[in-house]
Amino acid sequence: MSKLTMVQALNLALRQEMAKDDRVIVLGEDVGRDGGVFRVTEGLIDEFGEERVLDTPLAEAGIVGMSIGMAVNGLRPVCEIQFSGFTYQAFHQIESHAARMRWRTQGRLPVPMVLRAPYGGGVRALEHHSESREVYYAHTPGLKMVIPSGPRNARALLVSAIRDPDPVIFYEPKAVYRAYREEVPEEEETLPLGRSQVAREGGDITLIAYGAMVRPALEAAQRLEEENGVQAEVIDLLTLAPLDDSLFTASARKTGRVLVVHEAPRSFGPGAEIVTRLVEQSFYHLEAPIRRVTGYDIVIPLFAREKSYLPHTQRILKAAREVLETVA
Amino acid sequence: MPIPKAKKLEMLRSLLLARRFEEALTELCQIEGKIPGMMILCTGQEAVGAGVCAALQPQDAIISNHRSHSHLLAKGADPKALMAEIFGKRTGCNKGKSGTLHLAVPEVNAPCTTTVVGGGPPIAVGRAFAQQYRQEKAVTVCFIGDGATNEGSFHEALNLASLWALPVIFVCENNLYAGAQRFEEHTRAPNIADRAAGYAMPGVVVDGNDALAVYTSASEARARAVAGEGPTLIEYKTYRWRGHGESDLQLYQPKEEIAAWQATCPIPKLRAEMLAQGLIGAEALQAMESDIAAIVQEAIRFAEESPYPEPHEALEDVFA
Repeated sequence: MSKLTMVQALNLALRQEMAKDDRVIVLGEDVGRDGGVFRVTEGLIDEFGEERVLDTPLAEAGIVGMSIGMAVNGLRPVCEIQFSGFTYQAFHQIESHAARMRWRTQGRLPVPMVLRAPYGGGVRALEHHSESREVYYAHTPGLKMVIPSGPRNARALLVSAIRDPDPVIFYEPKAVYRAYREEVPEEEETLPLGRSQVAREGGDITLIAYGAMVRPALEAAQRLEEENGVQAEVIDLLTLAPLDDSLFTASARKTGRVLVVHEAPRSFGPGAEIVTRLVEQSFYHLEAPIRRVTGYDIVIPLFAREKSYLPHTQRILKAAREVLETVA
Repeated sequence: MPIPKAKKLEMLRSLLLARRFEEALTELCQIEGKIPGMMILCTGQEAVGAGVCAALQPQDAIISNHRSHSHLLAKGADPKALMAEIFGKRTGCNKGKSGTLHLAVPEVNAPCTTTVVGGGPPIAVGRAFAQQYRQEKAVTVCFIGDGATNEGSFHEALNLASLWALPVIFVCENNLYAGAQRFEEHTRAPNIADRAAGYAMPGVVVDGNDALAVYTSASEARARAVAGEGPTLIEYKTYRWRGHGESDLQLYQPKEEIAAWQATCPIPKLRAEMLAQGLIGAEALQAMESDIAAIVQEAIRFAEESPYPEPHEALEDVFA
């Protein structure tokens, strides 16, 4: 075991999978010699050569389209788009081809590819460099949408994504990339896609989060315990699509009080689907209206003051206390 | 290099099969409710599919577009499975999920037909990368129309293929129209093949209604590709006899223009040449034609008698 950042943990996953399976190809803009914008692919080109680590031109549709072509012809491409906001340049390839080929061909043409992209705020970057628009892909049938929250689960989920027979959109919370270190075992570790986890147990209120929002949710839970004597349960979704609703509905039935947290814009955001499922499956157990702490329905604003935009511990605490104080 | 007799016979057969197949579809489209959805035909352009596919080996792949029938038939797809798919039946090659627009026949290395114009070229490049990576002696052909060459992903794909000398043949069927827009109205360059120069790859212009010229040019491009010399862009000048789709009234296509191009139909051209050279006799030709008519008739019978998919089948195969 060694203590790794999320960047190092992701690098470990790529390195081990490439060593194990020569069908795994890494491609993207500056992923080779430069090691990627955030250095996730650092050193891979030295170990595996230019044949397997491709520095591509600036051509997002070309990169994703090529990955599809590789995937339907026996390879396991892992492409990197430098920022999630640039995946829109490749949207037609992702939506019209990667997501649909298995369905169209009754499983004869699976598309085992991974598209990695850093998403979300936290580094005060502008517009496309800080967005959280994961619902575009979570909304698209045929795609898996995975978002890890920490170094250890990032490594395990990326290994699973590479081995998965379906196209996986893998969003990496750049706010977490180098935020902290975690014990990550050298030996192989995987986590199943499509399963959420209980990040903290509690019986009084349920906080549902994923990606970069898991840490502020956990901090809020800690403060609720210290300052209010309240036990909050935190559910880490890990995969947005297909969405695992088993843990959060069970938790809602237990606590009766729920708060959903995401960076993505509010309207038609992930919270809309999560809350709908809670209403469908746990309505009679709820003791207070469900609340959402989210991004706003605007383009990422005021990069120099992004903390005013991103959900943070204080906003989560305030909303959680309101949910707790509501008397049915 | 002289073209072997067997190849000429193969091309003649492909031409006749594609033409008969689509003539039948034209007739069936007149019958209300017979074929649900839409119909996009390549009538008049069949020499491109016939000539290119005759130049390929079974391990070579094709990525096709919305006007795909002649490509797929020439690559060896089963006419019954294609017809049933076009009818939306569960015995179709895609179990009624794709219709005419996304016909996929992985068994004959025709894994992807896409109606998203310009969507195919990057996929072809990736597929060719895998061939090069495994050091296979094989190429991937990407069929596109003239309209696709104005899509950004076409240009991304040409650059990528050229950069890594990938074994791709970009086959552009310039049928003079993109939707209702004439070629001169959407592209200033006189030839699409001219664009190849910008990507440092050969670009050639060939008569797309001459199956033998198509075969020769495609064979040369294939030889370059498998020799590791990289991609080629071939522009085949041809013409779409029918509208963009069968519901298109073709008001923008002058009748004289259609008639002039019909006079250059690829079928009589090849047929006359082969008869004159004694490569096929009148009787053998007639036997080939009746055989093809029977194949198409059988495909229609199969499609008509096949069941539609059950609604729940739409829910299958979203994920593994």
